[in-house]
Amino acid sequence: MLLVLIALFVVAAIAPLIFRLLGRSTFYVLAAVPAVAFAWLVASFPSFLDAEQAAASGEPNAPPSELYSWIGPLNAHLDFRMDALAAVLCLLVLGVGSLVLFYCARYFKNEDPHTGAFGAQLLAFAASMFGLVTADDMIMLFIFWELTTILSFLLIGFNRTRMSARRSALTALMVTTFGGLTMLAGLVMLGNAAGTYRISEILAMAPELTALGTYIDVAIALVLIGAISKSALVPFHFWLPGAMAAPTPVSAYLHAAAMVKAGIYLVARLAPGFNETAFWQPMLLWLGLATLLIGGWRALKQHDLKLLLAYGTVSQLGFLILVMGIGSPNAALAGLAMMLAHGFFKATLFLVVGIIDHKSGTRDLHQLSGLYRSSPVLFAVAAIAAASMAGFPPLYGFVAKEAVYEALLEHAQGNGATGVVLLVGVLLGAMMTFAYSARFLWGGFASKRGLEPSVFPRVPALFLAPLLVLTGATVVFAWIPHVLEGAIAPYLGLFGSAENPIHLGLWHGFSPALGLSILTMIAGTALFLARERTFHLQSRVPALLDAERDYKHMVTGVDNLAIWLTGRTQRGSLSFYLVVILIVALLLPAGTAILLSTPAPGNFIAFDHPAQLVIGLIMILGALGALQANRRFLAVLMVSVSGYGMAAIFALQGAPDLAVTQLLVETIVLVAFVLALRALPVELWAKNPTGHRLGRALIGIGFGASMIYIAATSMASRVADPISLAYPELAYTGGAGKNIVNVTLVDMRAWDTFGEITVLAAAATGVASLIFVRGRGDKRVRASNVPRGSVDHGSEAIGGASPSRAGLAVARTFAISKKDSWLVAGHTLAPERRSITFEVVTRLLFHTILLASVYLLLAGHNTPGGGFAGGLLAGLALTIRYLAGGRVELAEATPVSPGTLMGTGLGLAALTAAAPLLLGAQMFTSAAIEFTWPLFGEQKFVTSTLFDIGVYLVVVGLVIDVLRSLGSEIDDRSEGRSPTDTHDMVSDADTGVGR
Amino acid sequence: MSTNITLLIVMGVLFAVGIYLLLERSLTRVLLGIVVLGNGVNLLILSAGGRRGEAPLYRSALDAQEYSDPLPQALILTAIVITFAVTAFMLGIIYRSWVISRADVVADDDEDLRVSQQSTFDFEEDSPVPEDTTEFEGEDAEPAGNHPEKGPHA
Repeated sequence: MLLVLIALFVVAAIAPLIFRLLGRSTFYVLAAVPAVAFAWLVASFPSFLDAEQAAASGEPNAPPSELYSWIGPLNAHLDFRMDALAAVLCLLVLGVGSLVLFYCARYFKNEDPHTGAFGAQLLAFAASMFGLVTADDMIMLFIFWELTTILSFLLIGFNRTRMSARRSALTALMVTTFGGLTMLAGLVMLGNAAGTYRISEILAMAPELTALGTYIDVAIALVLIGAISKSALVPFHFWLPGAMAAPTPVSAYLHAAAMVKAGIYLVARLAPGFNETAFWQPMLLWLGLATLLIGGWRALKQHDLKLLLAYGTVSQLGFLILVMGIGSPNAALAGLAMMLAHGFFKATLFLVVGIIDHKSGTRDLHQLSGLYRSSPVLFAVAAIAAASMAGFPPLYGFVAKEAVYEALLEHAQGNGATGVVLLVGVLLGAMMTFAYSARFLWGGFASKRGLEPSVFPRVPALFLAPLLVLTGATVVFAWIPHVLEGAIAPYLGLFGSAENPIHLGLWHGFSPALGLSILTMIAGTALFLARERTFHLQSRVPALLDAERDYKHMVTGVDNLAIWLTGRTQRGSLSFYLVVILIVALLLPAGTAILLSTPAPGNFIAFDHPAQLVIGLIMILGALGALQANRRFLAVLMVSVSGYGMAAIFALQGAPDLAVTQLLVETIVLVAFVLALRALPVELWAKNPTGHRLGRALIGIGFGASMIYIAATSMASRVADPISLAYPELAYTGGAGKNIVNVTLVDMRAWDTFGEITVLAAAATGVASLIFVRGRGDKRVRASNVPRGSVDHGSEAIGGASPSRAGLAVARTFAISKKDSWLVAGHTLAPERRSITFEVVTRLLFHTILLASVYLLLAGHNTPGGGFAGGLLAGLALTIRYLAGGRVELAEATPVSPGTLMGTGLGLAALTAAAPLLLGAQMFTSAAIEFTWPLFGEQKFVTSTLFDIGVYLVVVGLVIDVLRSLGSEIDDRSEGRSPTDTHDMVSDADTGVGR
Repeated sequence: MSTNITLLIVMGVLFAVGIYLLLERSLTRVLLGIVVLGNGVNLLILSAGGRRGEAPLYRSALDAQEYSDPLPQALILTAIVITFAVTAFMLGIIYRSWVISRADVVADDDEDLRVSQQSTFDFEEDSPVPEDTTEFEGEDAEPAGNHPEKGPHA
């Protein structure tokens, strides 16, 4: 059976390709696939029936099964099992599926769009349905269940240009998916309780499970919600009439014969084991009855033939669920027979409506007239199917309905008042069924007064053929009911044996059931004849239950809630989001620390060194100054004060590496700030100062206080020795270095550092791309190509706003001096920008600083320093050169592009990480190589130094990128000569300033 | 272990100032807030390392307890340099924001505001649909996807 499943899906997948070759005739090819499968099913039917239905899969006499393990830990397995119940359902799925596909070949035109996708979806639906009824694993069942939901959504929305189709498709999807998810919850509960997800095993242990009580009751109720939503029972029934927006063949197959039967299948599947659970009968019997009556009542007032059938289907589904829900073997026999009968006649009737719509262009019974004369064959087919629906002998619908009456009578005898109420309700429903069947036939085919006979072309034989086959089944099986009864009988054995087993048949003698049938027909006829009066009554009685309206209100309510919630939380203000995050971050850890009764802070000391007091005070003043500053650079300077204070604190605390690094970073950051912010106005707030000062101050103070508290408690909570006690020894013996911090960075925690330099490279690239916008601007400028005194023209002179006369004269002489200047590109600067002192000092210092940076890098393994400090120092040297000689000078000083530098650095670091792997060691393993050089004596080289060189290169690259972007490029732009300048500079006029 | 009150208080002030600045609308002040917060965090890590000690440069005579803790130092060193990279990146953003819109402030997101003020009426969901009794003529007058009243979440 897995082969059938795969074949169906595969052909569905390639269907669109076949459509390209054959056009609508492809439907014949598609129809052949389920037809062949149907033939196989019929041929191997005995093997399904002769098996012991309750036997576990794998036993010799068990129904054929195929079991493949899929996701073991999740209990999801590809388990399939074809027992009698599955086989009976497959008759409908494959048989009706094949006929409907056949019908489609004449229903659609070759030029209709998207028929390829339609054919594929319809066949894939048949495959999913086949999988659904044969799956023996609850997860598989659920997957196929949802597949049918999704395919139903696609098929209902097939007429994508019609809003009604799109909307109905969505409604159907929402309702059935809701049911499906509820069902999944129930299935998981069931599976967890049983310890298995295999359906046959769960049914085998149903008595023990049922004994668990409420848990299983609830699980089964959840599963049943899935079933009743799929089978369109009250209160979910409204999606089914909406689904009539689908092309009629889809309605015939999905919404009459197959998909809506999935719920009935599920009830039938679970009934033998779980019909005693608490919610089973109340849910199925009463909801079924309500659906039966509401559907019938609504069907009576429809004037669209298709909607009439749709409400009729709702009614019949309620009827079927009710009968299957009784859970006795007789009711099960009657229910399944009724389900088959319904499949035969309802599919036929939908296909009839399809032909009427196709040929006459309307389904409105107020516009159709005289069709019985223009197409007698169609009329005959419709009459037989409608009569079967009404329960008229000698048709299969009558046979099934007789059986239902017998089962209900039996049920009524055992259950007193409720049984009687059910019986009366079903009788009422059957009368309405009779009446709307007659209404259908009259509406579709009768000649009506005041209406011209409809224009109705001849119906081609191929179009009619599937209807004839289905009608044939309706007629023939009435005379040979034992065939289908034989197919159903093995399933009934699962309920135990019935006291008075009923049998299907046309004639049982003058039984009470026959009396009920006759009563139905008489009352139904009366109801039909009084249709005018009924219609008037219906328009006067307001609808008691309008589930569709309630659904719409619910959806609108959810929409409103979503908009309200979004409006309250997503206010578009970053500060608001930050406040929320910060308040949570403030309350949660502090609250936890207080509630968990952590050790009270204690063991205080005022300071480690008296100087800390002074430095701390300066830092606090700096920070507070940054708050008060209303000019940009003042604020930056104030922050720098606290930054330099950090360096001093580090130095006092015994952290020379940190002190050096902080000092260098602080300086470069200061330069970067000045370079970047010079384009912006000096005042911090020209307009639009941020409000809520008090609130922000409270959050800030609260945060600071809570951090103090958290830090103090966490320090008081420490009980273990720090891990770093082992570091000194590790660094010296393992890392062959004396500077423990540096060895930690390049050896013991090299992974961290590797990650960090990657971030540095990314940030550098980010800065460059933010400023250059297009590319990294790696094209090198040479001083020889730049005109003398052309750079930074018009900027303020370095000497201040009003340089003295003498100063100016010196500067001029200096600028036009023929002698080669101190810097390579000094002469390119505008005369008023040059400073001889600065150029000379730079000339003297640059190489010394660079050398010192290399020393810091190489010696850093044993003394304070290392790649970070070294790289920053080199960057500082370049900064000085840029400041003294301008952007051309910087370009001259950096022959290698920062991209190359960082790439090399990262490559080097990666190499030191990976190379040990080749030598059989772990990543980042370092080695010390000792050697003797003449003059230098004994030398030791540690391989992790190579990593540090990588770090050095990346840091240098970062600083160069910052200088080039925030310095050179902005210089260039402020002179208005940058090629990338024009495209993103927007004139003030068309962006409101200070938005 | 001992708790250095001076360092804690400085840290608290840095946190408070950093958070206050972070909540500003001016991008420059936000960036300054981040820098100050970075310093505060570094101070927190530093004080978590315990009392001051000898610089962590290996000397065989010293007991491991006598060094100031090297691990927090390694973490802080990384943090300092990362803060530098982040600062540079943010400076790039501030410059760019200035170039593009002449604004140095974090403005409210117009799109978010529009979402919160939208109407609950959705043409696709809520407009009345005429009943049709055939699927063979009369396609929708309005093809999907170009109706002006359609809400943004449709």
